[in-house]
Amino acid sequence: MIMNPRAVAAIYRQEMGRFFRTVWQSLVAPVISTSLYFVVFGAAIGGRIQEVEGVSYGAFIVPGLIMLSVMTQGISNAAFGIYMPKFIGTIFEILSAPVSAFEAVLGYVGAAATKALVIGLIILGTATLFVDLQIRHPVWMIAFLLLTCVSFSLMGFIIGIWARNFEQLQLIPLLVVTPLIFLGGSFYSISMLPGIWQDIALLNPVVYLISGFRWSFFGLADVPVGVSLAAIAGFTLICLVVVWAIFRTGWRLRR
Amino acid sequence: MAPILSVRDLRKRYDNGFEALRGVDLDVEEGEILALLGPNGAGKTTLISCACGISTITSGSIRIGGHDVVRDWRAARSLVGLVPQEITLESFEKVRNTVAFSRGLFGKRRDDAAVERVLEQLSLRDKADGTAITLSGGMKRRVLIAKALAHEPRLLFLDEPTAGVDVELRRDMWRVVDDLRRNGVTIILTTHYIEEAEALADRVAVINRGRILLVEEKEALMRRMGRKVLHIDLHHPLSALPERLARFGLQLSEDGRRLAYVYDTKAERTGIATLLAALAEEGITVADLDTEASSLEDIFVDLVQGDTDEEGRARTMAEKAA
Repeated sequence: MIMNPRAVAAIYRQEMGRFFRTVWQSLVAPVISTSLYFVVFGAAIGGRIQEVEGVSYGAFIVPGLIMLSVMTQGISNAAFGIYMPKFIGTIFEILSAPVSAFEAVLGYVGAAATKALVIGLIILGTATLFVDLQIRHPVWMIAFLLLTCVSFSLMGFIIGIWARNFEQLQLIPLLVVTPLIFLGGSFYSISMLPGIWQDIALLNPVVYLISGFRWSFFGLADVPVGVSLAAIAGFTLICLVVVWAIFRTGWRLRR
Repeated sequence: MAPILSVRDLRKRYDNGFEALRGVDLDVEEGEILALLGPNGAGKTTLISCACGISTITSGSIRIGGHDVVRDWRAARSLVGLVPQEITLESFEKVRNTVAFSRGLFGKRRDDAAVERVLEQLSLRDKADGTAITLSGGMKRRVLIAKALAHEPRLLFLDEPTAGVDVELRRDMWRVVDDLRRNGVTIILTTHYIEEAEALADRVAVINRGRILLVEEKEALMRRMGRKVLHIDLHHPLSALPERLARFGLQLSEDGRRLAYVYDTKAERTGIATLLAALAEEGITVADLDTEASSLEDIFVDLVQGDTDEEGRARTMAEKAA
């Protein structure tokens, strides 16, 4: 046995099973919160802003909203996915099975990314109920969406392995990732910021991801789309290397 | 035939410096049941964890079915089923799914009939659609065994299968082990219940403080190391033991009708003939005789006690020297 694809399938199926067991929580919650964002940002604030660079404000925030959910869902799904077996002890089975690190990651991260993707697409569907949307570059849109799902699920996986308790599990998503996403231009264009803040915003990696994704919808971008693509690819690569190192050393998994 | 499990000079030092295994050598033949007996913290679980890939190995080697567990981990782990000491199950997963999951994890083709067979074997058929959270402790342990058997392992580790279960459940678990034995599964069972080793094992290994003190056929061990007690029933009750019998260290029962004499079967002279002669000399008539073997427990306590005393002595000497 050189590869163990059945193990990948087993892990993937088990993780997706959890998703379907909590299907209400998994799917309805993002739909409701997206609708709320539309009510608050689209209707209330959008009434004053009207247009951003020729796009109606309601439509303008759609890519940001999708990215916000996909990033946070990808992280939390993957983090919980691997943290819970550690917490309740069922991780022993994965460690003692003929399953390589790569296969385990494929199963766990694959499932987490799938869930994030499904949620992203559902939000996109919900959004079309509120605003008219055109997608200029659908292939790139899917590419950005997929890479974001995968990279943030990888990051969540790392957090799940790193975390020793529930507090740590929430720490990075709440204190680092969520602020970066909100400040990353989910609901506004970086060009709307005053002077120096535009430069500071460019230090936020999420800006590049949202900018690229928004470009695939409207052809508008805060930063060149090539830079966005390089940023998301680079981020995915970094996460992959960290995951590889974790399994190679058995860090926080094998004693 | 090559042993199914072969451990050579295995050492395990945890990150905090604790040396859990200090040079373990062990061979287990296919088809046998080995009881790994030792007090808490002796290294039983660590040994299993190293064999199954849950813990890293500091030095030495473990081979399973001829495959090195580090170099050839995939082949080695495919042969092994592990039932952990603590009950760890996905609470909301159906029993049938969790067993099928384990089978998939070990790279076996999906086979619903095989899963049903395992469920049947562990009397879990009627619980198959229930979730783990609805099951009793004993049933959960059965599910864990079913999961470990789902990929048809050749070697099964049972880490304290009856720790903290009531007497009835323990008997129940023993029946399960007996069934597995009949199916030809090699089992390594850790326990600190001597009764369990005595009831189930073909061979017994005693481990203490990270070292195997002995590995021996259970029967032989009990014969070799066994002390026996000779019970002598008397025709006429004695009110007290005669002075001249004091050297035998006899015990007189309360009603004065029974004498107990402890002797060592390994000793050159058991002293039984002399005792019987002495009784005759005193005019005490014997109604009946019977002997009773001491349990594995006594043997075990002696061994571990001796080992620990030795350690203590060595330390005292080292301290004196320093």
